[in-house]
Amino acid sequence: MPLVLLLAAPVACTGTISDMPIDIDIARVAGLARIALTDDELAEYAAQLENILDHAERVQALPTEGVEPTSHPLPMVNAFRPDVVTGSLGRDEALAGAPEAEDGYFRVPRILDES
Amino acid sequence: MTEWEAVIGLETHVELQTNSKMFCGCPVDFGDDPNTSVCPVCLALPGALPVPNEDAIEGILSIGDALNCTLTEHSLFYRKNYFYPDLPKNYQISQYTFPLCVDGRLEVDVDGEATTVGITRVHMEEDTGKSTHVGEGGRIHGADHTLLDFNRAGVPLVEVVTEPDIRSPEQARAYGMELQRIVRALGVSDARLEEGSMRFDANISVRPAGTEVLGTRTEVKNVNSLRSMQRAIAFEIERQIEVLESSGSIHQETRHWDEAAGVTRPGRTKEESEDYRYFQDPDLLPLQIDEAWRDRVVERRPELPAAKRARYRALGADQRTAELLVDAGDLAALYEGAVERGANARTVGIWLTGEVVRYLRSAGTDVGDTGLTAESLAELASMTDAGELSATAAKDVLAAVLAGEGAPRAVAEDRDLLQISDRSAIETEVAAVLDQHPEALERIRDGDTKPIGFLVGQVMRATGGKADPRMVQELIRGEANG
Amino acid sequence: MTDLADLTIAQARAGLRDGSFTSIDLLDAAQRRAAVSEPHLHAYLTIDREGAREAAVAADRSIADGDTRPLVGIPIALKDNMVTKGVETTAGSQILAGWTPPYDGTAVRRLREAGAVIVGKTNLDEFAMGSSTENSAYGPTRNPWNTDTVPGGSSGGSAAVVAVGSALGAFGSDTGGSIRQPASLTGTVGAKPTYGLVSRYGLIAFASSLDQIGPIAQTVPDAATLLEAVAGWDPLDATSFHGDVPAISRSLDAGVGGLRIGVVRELVGSGIEPDVLGATQATIDRLADAGADVVELSVPAIEYALSAYYLIAPAECSSNLARFDGVRYGLRVDGATTEEMMAKTRADGFGPEVIRRILLGTYALSAGYYDAFYGQSQRVRTLLRRDFAAAYDQVDVLVSPTSPSTAFEIGSKTADPYTMYLSDICTIATNLAGDPAISVPVGLGNDRLPIGFQIMAPALGEEVMFRVAAEVERGAAFVERAQLATSEVVTP
Repeated sequence: MPLVLLLAAPVACTGTISDMPIDIDIARVAGLARIALTDDELAEYAAQLENILDHAERVQALPTEGVEPTSHPLPMVNAFRPDVVTGSLGRDEALAGAPEAEDGYFRVPRILDES
Repeated sequence: MTEWEAVIGLETHVELQTNSKMFCGCPVDFGDDPNTSVCPVCLALPGALPVPNEDAIEGILSIGDALNCTLTEHSLFYRKNYFYPDLPKNYQISQYTFPLCVDGRLEVDVDGEATTVGITRVHMEEDTGKSTHVGEGGRIHGADHTLLDFNRAGVPLVEVVTEPDIRSPEQARAYGMELQRIVRALGVSDARLEEGSMRFDANISVRPAGTEVLGTRTEVKNVNSLRSMQRAIAFEIERQIEVLESSGSIHQETRHWDEAAGVTRPGRTKEESEDYRYFQDPDLLPLQIDEAWRDRVVERRPELPAAKRARYRALGADQRTAELLVDAGDLAALYEGAVERGANARTVGIWLTGEVVRYLRSAGTDVGDTGLTAESLAELASMTDAGELSATAAKDVLAAVLAGEGAPRAVAEDRDLLQISDRSAIETEVAAVLDQHPEALERIRDGDTKPIGFLVGQVMRATGGKADPRMVQELIRGEANG
Repeated sequence: MTDLADLTIAQARAGLRDGSFTSIDLLDAAQRRAAVSEPHLHAYLTIDREGAREAAVAADRSIADGDTRPLVGIPIALKDNMVTKGVETTAGSQILAGWTPPYDGTAVRRLREAGAVIVGKTNLDEFAMGSSTENSAYGPTRNPWNTDTVPGGSSGGSAAVVAVGSALGAFGSDTGGSIRQPASLTGTVGAKPTYGLVSRYGLIAFASSLDQIGPIAQTVPDAATLLEAVAGWDPLDATSFHGDVPAISRSLDAGVGGLRIGVVRELVGSGIEPDVLGATQATIDRLADAGADVVELSVPAIEYALSAYYLIAPAECSSNLARFDGVRYGLRVDGATTEEMMAKTRADGFGPEVIRRILLGTYALSAGYYDAFYGQSQRVRTLLRRDFAAAYDQVDVLVSPTSPSTAFEIGSKTADPYTMYLSDICTIATNLAGDPAISVPVGLGNDRLPIGFQIMAPALGEEVMFRVAAEVERGAAFVERAQLATSEVVTP
């Protein structure tokens, strides 16, 4: 049985994308993901992400011009529901898991940002 | 002095009045009790999945069709990712590339002049929940904490985006009004700005007139009436011109309209630029709007406001009357009903936009709550046409009918307002008056028309004012010429 | 006398029907087995004694009335990322500690309606992210074959309870191999159905375009029975398949005569342990002996599957997990502002692997990188589907090992995330393609730990996949049980 070097296969560097240095603004990424991390944690995650993305280089080098992206495994379209009211949770049930509730509302601290 | 030109684009959000929400079976029509129209889907409980409401898709297609858009054959839902506490999933299901409707236009009349506003796109999304800021007068700044109600979360929301084709606050308002008329005519939304079921954001910049390059724009939010939109845009244009004329520069920013102060104010500037990380929503399938569906939308298209106005004009209404009638749907229904029953369109149009509107305004009521019906309008019109009522008497009868005092003929009889239109009865009276004033008749025959008025007056007095003056005059002229 | 906990579902069903024992007896046996094994394994996060007993009592009543439906009265376990009304559901995360759902997921509802007795909720890698069940916020699950090793993951708890007999069957979820790889490592059968065959409504999402619920059982027919109970269109899941469900168990006894079986060249090479390759080859030889036409062929894009997967899955998870923000349910860590509260809640509530993937996915979707990472990965997915389609033009099913190795020692792969990701090299491609695949135990390695054999089929090809799996099972005659499941070793 022929053995193909699966993991040790040389990366076929043909494209230019793969030469793109991976330089992650990890603090910005953590901000976008809304996760509070210390500087040490950020540095550790940045190193791990860079390592993972290094392995992804082979994917970026693959020529895919004119190839349509797949977003759904099966080629299906148009799943709808009829415009019918099927009911809601009771308010107590809706609020049962709330970390903080007040007068039937979910309560959160003051909001800094404006959307 | 530089002459400045404003460049304005509008983004309008319209809540659709479907029965159920965009992606779940919670009712869209909910009361004031917070968090009662919520379920695992619209509360974004773990594991819940969205399924799109077919009627909402139909609704947005009807809007796109009415705005002369191309209805896209292949369309996709995307996720717009951002954290905000009123957004349960912390992403909004929206559209990005391949929206449902593109490349439309809307004809807008500004002071009698026809203009065209290009429509870039019309796309489908979902509404957010509502935040109530507690403390410091309900403002977000300085509030102590915030209360969240997710009843509105997931209500179908259509966004209509224009090209930067608008040049004045008046045109912006006219566009807003016409768009409002259209969605109401389609029956997909009540489009009430004060209740937030229709919301406008305006992108505004100015540039020296005659130049093509766009200036830096600001986005003005928080207008809750068409009038305040017009005011906000006018203010913002003036503000930008002032800044530029004093050698300042415009910052691209979001500004909020302060209705009480009549100014726009900058929002808090964000340190990080927005990065919504749009990607196709893997929970939702692509939309395929086939020809049959597009045809069905066109088939179901109701008469749109512009077409209705044109039809009323053709019936004899003037432009203003046509506009007023189309804007007041219940009056238009009366108008059409009366005209259908043979009433003179012009007369009815004038009454409806004059007497009736005045009455409704002063009484603070809707026409549906009055005694006025298409039948009574038609009856009244036929009575004036037949000379049974004078113009003045007709207005009195109309007021009485509105007040619910009865049908026109009954009211006119009760009040003894009917004119004598029995020709022989009037002939008798005319003959009697002419007998008493032979010299006046002679003068008329000599070519002096002045005594005609005198003689008509005598007949009217003799009949207690109930003779049709037109008929009296005609008879007198007949005698003189005979 | 046989301990009822060692029965297959088929055997239990027969016994229930002929009155040899009751559903309560089965439940008692499973719970007794749990009582002795759990201290060693930690496979369950929640055991629902009260709910299970009620369901068993109801099942016994129904059986007495002549109910012969396949799952009525059968004790089963559910991975704790399947939402269960009234029973705590955590997805193995601190951020959902104590969350009691107000609704049942569709698969859960169908199981309840089928009369199944839900014993409890099983441990998993947090939000199903992992290949060893070491990433659970509630501590790792151990492999009943050797408690120094992992049971695989992320459905390690479901695999372990079936291997040890503290449930007769279980459900897991499979995003990149999370059913098949733990089945392989625990000597059980685990199937990932065609994407869309089982509703995802009520499955706490990891990567929506890849996630599928599927069964773990002792035998291939049991797995088929479990899958049949939950398969089928669901109006609550827009991505669920709206068409005829394949005849999953129709051809279990049909054998493989005349079938064309393709060995995936890329998955039988270096990186696979020699004893795993040996057992794989032996299985292939038996299939050929049984009349199958075996060929070796290439699915070239498989080489890119792992990398594409580790961009697509994190991207989707970064968005799917945004809802865990301390506002409506779950953990909240106080902050002066809502923004701070959310950021602290997510930092404390998510474990390192989850945070790593959220950051990776956020980065991959962010402006300027989207096309190079996410867009390119989705195009690679198209290439992979084309390659699979070309392969299925030539053969009925594809085969390979399920996992490159047998169960590895706890802690041996936690230091380098990428090393752990390599555990999924054989399984990931079918998730990207949306195709079904199943793992069947075929023997033991040099370490006396189970080896699984993977059978892949084209979308909706469950009938032929189960047909081949049944033949593999008959040929392997794998009768060993996990050490912890054999009563003489267990010390209560």
